[in-house]
Amino acid sequence: MTTLHQINHQIVYQRPESLSDTNTHYCPGCTHGVAHRLVAEVLDEMGIREKTIGVAPVGCSVFAYKYFNMDFVEAAHGRAPAMATGVKRVLPQNTVYTYQGDGDLASIGMAEIMHVAARGENITVIFINNAIYGMTGGQMAPTTLPGMKTTSSPLGRDVELSGFPIRMSEMLATMDGAGYIARGSLHDAKHIRKAKKAIRIAFETQERGLGFSMVELLSSCPTNWKITPNEALDFIAEQMVPVFPLGEFKTNPELAKLRV
Amino acid sequence: MSKQLLKGNEAFAEAAIRAGCEGFFGYPITPSTEFLEYMAKRMPELGRAFVQAESEVAAINMVYGAACTGKRVMTASSSPGISLMMEGISYLAGTEVPAVIVNVMRGGPGLGNIAPAQGDYYQMVKGGGHGDYFPIVLAPASVQEAINIMGVAFDLADKYRAVVHMIVDGNMGQMMEPAELPPMRELPKKPPNWAVTGAKGRKPNFLSSIYIDPVEQEVTNLRLLKRWLEIEKNEVRFAESGLEDAEIAVVGFGTSGRVASSAIRTAREEGIKVGLLRPITLAPFPEKRLEEISKQVRRILVVEMNSGMMLDDVNRVVQGRVPVEFYGRMGGITPLPDEILDEIRRVATNRMPVNGDARQQWITRLEKIVGGQA
Amino acid sequence: MTETSIIISGFGGQGTLFSGQVLAYAALDNGKEVTWIPSYGPEMRGGTAHCTVIISDEPIGSPLVRNPDVAVVLNLPSLDKYEYTVKADGVLIVNASLINRTIERENIRNIYIPANEIAEEIGLSRMANMVMLGGMTYMKPVLTLEMIKEALSEHIPARHRRTLPMNFTAMERGYAFAQEAFEKVTA
Repeated sequence: MTTLHQINHQIVYQRPESLSDTNTHYCPGCTHGVAHRLVAEVLDEMGIREKTIGVAPVGCSVFAYKYFNMDFVEAAHGRAPAMATGVKRVLPQNTVYTYQGDGDLASIGMAEIMHVAARGENITVIFINNAIYGMTGGQMAPTTLPGMKTTSSPLGRDVELSGFPIRMSEMLATMDGAGYIARGSLHDAKHIRKAKKAIRIAFETQERGLGFSMVELLSSCPTNWKITPNEALDFIAEQMVPVFPLGEFKTNPELAKLRV
Repeated sequence: MSKQLLKGNEAFAEAAIRAGCEGFFGYPITPSTEFLEYMAKRMPELGRAFVQAESEVAAINMVYGAACTGKRVMTASSSPGISLMMEGISYLAGTEVPAVIVNVMRGGPGLGNIAPAQGDYYQMVKGGGHGDYFPIVLAPASVQEAINIMGVAFDLADKYRAVVHMIVDGNMGQMMEPAELPPMRELPKKPPNWAVTGAKGRKPNFLSSIYIDPVEQEVTNLRLLKRWLEIEKNEVRFAESGLEDAEIAVVGFGTSGRVASSAIRTAREEGIKVGLLRPITLAPFPEKRLEEISKQVRRILVVEMNSGMMLDDVNRVVQGRVPVEFYGRMGGITPLPDEILDEIRRVATNRMPVNGDARQQWITRLEKIVGGQA
Repeated sequence: MTETSIIISGFGGQGTLFSGQVLAYAALDNGKEVTWIPSYGPEMRGGTAHCTVIISDEPIGSPLVRNPDVAVVLNLPSLDKYEYTVKADGVLIVNASLINRTIERENIRNIYIPANEIAEEIGLSRMANMVMLGGMTYMKPVLTLEMIKEALSEHIPARHRRTLPMNFTAMERGYAFAQEAFEKVTA
């Protein structure tokens, strides 16, 4: 008898080598898994997994080291860019990236992210912006939208009391040390493909020694937004994109020739 | 190599380089800044990593990252900067990666001042960061001793995958003394097998201080504790002089130990049988030697540039066998030999038990001195 | 005891720290134990700058002293600060160019040297510290003038090397001034 396996012996879709064979702890409908996969696919395609060192943050992706199949270190809250700097400076031939959420990167780690960009540190940052603190249970983040309800802004973010969301990509694009800064979104297939392209360019920026690179990814958090996964994707498209416009904010001219 | 006149901070930095330091990450702060400035010039010359970080917080986390690669890395700062680094130091300890941290101590608490002090004893010796961990603490008392101990610091950090603090005060950082530097050590050819270097042809390495399961955390705590007990057994270092026939023992570390040695010399000339125990490792503390001394001498005088922090450790070891007295200066004031000489004379003629707290009695004596200054 | 403690004090910029270092180098080059410790921090930037140098035949304990054997004071605040700390029978070297009072103590040996005027005669007012050092060497010959000159020529920063002959002249003039003043007194 011919098995199904023998018939379909041509593999068209499989786990990238850069991902570990394990289940994640992420909630249903969370786009962290998509972001992980995109990073893993890019590292596989570039053939740099074996020289890559990842830096995990504190936040929902605190266990990123379990899901990626490569050397990893785990930073203190907000300090991933500093830790990545330490790794990269003593191992300049290796590829180094951080994977950080909005609380980690834009609140407690604001100084570190700005200065790593200012120094033009040859590292790549994957920045997951879901406008909320996920791990601690849905508190207001530096990227929470005005009027958005969280457990620490129960009546909706009042800009009079707690200010406005921070646009990290726009701010970092002003840094001379930045080689590539882009914001993508994970709310549909089209945007996911674009996001992957941005991630590829970011790692290419690092491999070419063109300075700091970051891709901000608008991401969903149905659990803490208290809506369904599908509604969460709509929320990104309808509510987040107008506040956090998509696109490339800084591209080193040398990257223009790049075809990815 | 012959002796050169070397400035403390610069000599310590060069000694670190010669011990194989491949990464320095720091932030300017008096009185340790020359350390950073020296590294800024010297490390790039050698093709080694130097970063002036945006803060001490960033600096220690750069050290953390670089330490995870298995290379010898370090930072140097002064008291308030070390406070900022404490989070990262706890992470280093929890991750079991080696690092050397130099603290050129100044007056505090708070912003305090930039004058020499030893008020960080508790913070350094008892941990300072959160959680159960045990840093090794080295306290040299001269430029030469600090140069020598810098190599030891890196060796110990590697051997035990531990945080090693070298603590000196502003005097030591700023002074110049003749000293000889060791030859440049060769850098290791291969990283240790636990290091992150890229998982080429092997399973990935992961370095973290995270143990979500309390059971795993406890196993880790136990491992750290047992390693510490090994350190206590193997790595005690101290210097002593004149204790063979001593009736009075002075215990002091770093600059205060060194100043005491001047006073002791004069006291000996006056016929007072007094000797000095100067711990070089404050952690592990030279408990065994101190215990022996406490069975020999009539009285002990602890001298520090703080409010009596090592005094607690001395009392813990001496266990009331003999009276333990205290003399300290605080706030960035270095005691002078004549002050300690007066104390030695007083202690030598005092046959009474210390009634009550030695620290309380010292306060009474100090207030006269401080009152006189004001 | 074979230990000599020297404090050199003046305004920041008068070269007090450097002249202390020259002494320290000379001590080291001649097989002595030595410590040099500066005042540091804000004081370095415009205020009073002083350093303590201890020269000894034995290992040195404290790098600081309450009562130095010698104080070299280049300005009035320094004289006010150190006049009464110098040991009995110690030595006080006063820069008469910038200090317009005489000393009050009687149990010390002292000399007033118009160091700035002498330095200006040589052609470089910055040399006042070396004039004072020369005078000190006569008053407290813990190291000879030759030893100090040797040390200076070994350790002077390259950018100042061209001023070496002037430095030598300054030291010699300071030494000669002190010698002359004392020979007059004892004659």
